[in-house]
Amino acid sequence: MKHATKRKIKGGILKGLVYFCAAFTVLILIALLGYIFVRGIPNITWQLLSTRPSAIRDTIGILPNILNTLYIILLTLLIALPLGVGAAVYLTEYAKNKKFARIVEFTTETLSGIPSIIYGLVGMLFFVKMLNFGTSLLSGSLTLVIMILPTIIRTTQESLKTVPASYREGALGLGATKWYMIRTIVLPSSISGIVTGCILSVGRIVGESAALLFTAGSATIIADGLISAYTRGGGTLSVALYIYASERAEFEVAFAIAAILLVMVFILNCLAKLAGKKLNRG
Amino acid sequence: MKVKHIVERVMNAVFFLCGIVSIAAVLLITLYMIIAGLPAIKEIGLFDFLFGTVWQSTAADPKFGILPFIMTSIWGTIGAVIIGVPIGLFTAIFLAKMAPPKVAAVVHPAVELLAGIPSVVYGLIGMMVLVPAIMNIFDLKSGSCLLAAILVLAVMILPGIISVSETALKAVPKEYEEASLGLGATWTETVFKVSVPAAKSGIAAGIVLGVGRAVGEAMAVIMVAGNVANMPGLFKSVRFLTTAIASEMSYAADGSLQRNALFSIGLVLFCFIMIINGVLGLVLKKGEKK
Repeated sequence: MKHATKRKIKGGILKGLVYFCAAFTVLILIALLGYIFVRGIPNITWQLLSTRPSAIRDTIGILPNILNTLYIILLTLLIALPLGVGAAVYLTEYAKNKKFARIVEFTTETLSGIPSIIYGLVGMLFFVKMLNFGTSLLSGSLTLVIMILPTIIRTTQESLKTVPASYREGALGLGATKWYMIRTIVLPSSISGIVTGCILSVGRIVGESAALLFTAGSATIIADGLISAYTRGGGTLSVALYIYASERAEFEVAFAIAAILLVMVFILNCLAKLAGKKLNRG
Repeated sequence: MKVKHIVERVMNAVFFLCGIVSIAAVLLITLYMIIAGLPAIKEIGLFDFLFGTVWQSTAADPKFGILPFIMTSIWGTIGAVIIGVPIGLFTAIFLAKMAPPKVAAVVHPAVELLAGIPSVVYGLIGMMVLVPAIMNIFDLKSGSCLLAAILVLAVMILPGIISVSETALKAVPKEYEEASLGLGATWTETVFKVSVPAAKSGIAAGIVLGVGRAVGEAMAVIMVAGNVANMPGLFKSVRFLTTAIASEMSYAADGSLQRNALFSIGLVLFCFIMIINGVLGLVLKKGEKK
């Protein structure tokens, strides 16, 4: 009897701990979201969203940061997407040399474990100094390309693996060349995985700050053309949040940006879920 | 040769090149970290650099000892793991084994959302809520300290630990659990004595992943840790390896010993991460073998 009660109590405590920890995790999220939104949303004004900071009028606007974020997302995906999808296609469709494929996979995993501040350092040394791109959106984007490559490769590879071998055999059996088969059968069937990879990457780009601080800088100039946009430095929303919070003590602006970032993250998460559902349905 | 064969050859080469990119990237990063990191270590001396306890990079007689940063990174990570791992593991157990499907359908996206929150947002909350709270509770002059950084890191490593452990727990074969239940164990006992041990290599991988994230995090930490090059103490203002780089990089003059020393810190951090990656690889391999 004594043993039985002991068992019951022990089980009860463990169960209680499990429920407590799960509740704790959810509560942290709710508290985070609540606090950011309560302090951030009242500070999101049209003026904040539609102007650039002005020392004369003593106002702060985050339009340049919004534009910089979009520019960086655009260029980074434009470069990383073909590279990442290409690498994934190579790994799943072409690689005959298993050893080589393993090295590629190993390096991809290594890349995903490297912290963003190291990317920032290498980006600064290589793109900013060595290739002389300067502190610019171009340097920032190229740095992020390396950083998000593993994400795109992994998600694309996963969806390529779900394409049934019979599709490939069917196409090849009908006399299609390998490239034709990949272009018309394999890639279209795995499009939702590729889309998921893109969405996850956008999430990482939006949230990134350490890798961009030394490669793209924190300037708030609105460029007058696409080329001048990429050759100039500029801070994304996350970088701006950091600058406003810890260097300029403009906490209202920082909370407003935080609220905007959270909304973006939420939307991206929902989109990734939708794309993932499509993937599972085939 | 027919056009289509040429296209075939070209595409093969193109895909091969794409495959090489990540190898090239890793080589590039390794090479640059070593080239940029070695000169200052040579000038300062490896022993003085790693085990010197004083960092005064801008003094008239500058000292470059990074032991405070190394120890802070180690203690900060240990602290975050001690707090984050139990909470994360129990939450994973809840999600994988105990939650009613409807509840799991709410908690799961919550964890994903937690993972997606940018580190600067964690930093902002830490700075505005946690730091003042620590200051008031412990009656300190400033709340920016190692403890604040540990708490922020603990929350930041939660989602990674949860999702990896959850996957591992869900992969435990049903027969194991059924056997335990059949022998008269309750469901809670089964989960803790059968499922968790069976999933231990996956859980270990989640923990190592969390360690990597905690060691590498810069921006959230820089906003709450105070940034003074002290040896670590729970209520002392400290610098991590990451924040030591970030806080001086913007004003260190090009080519100066100070700037080169920052790169050397980067190299040390890089070595730490590579060791952690190696351990992760070993853990995963061990898991596969079973």
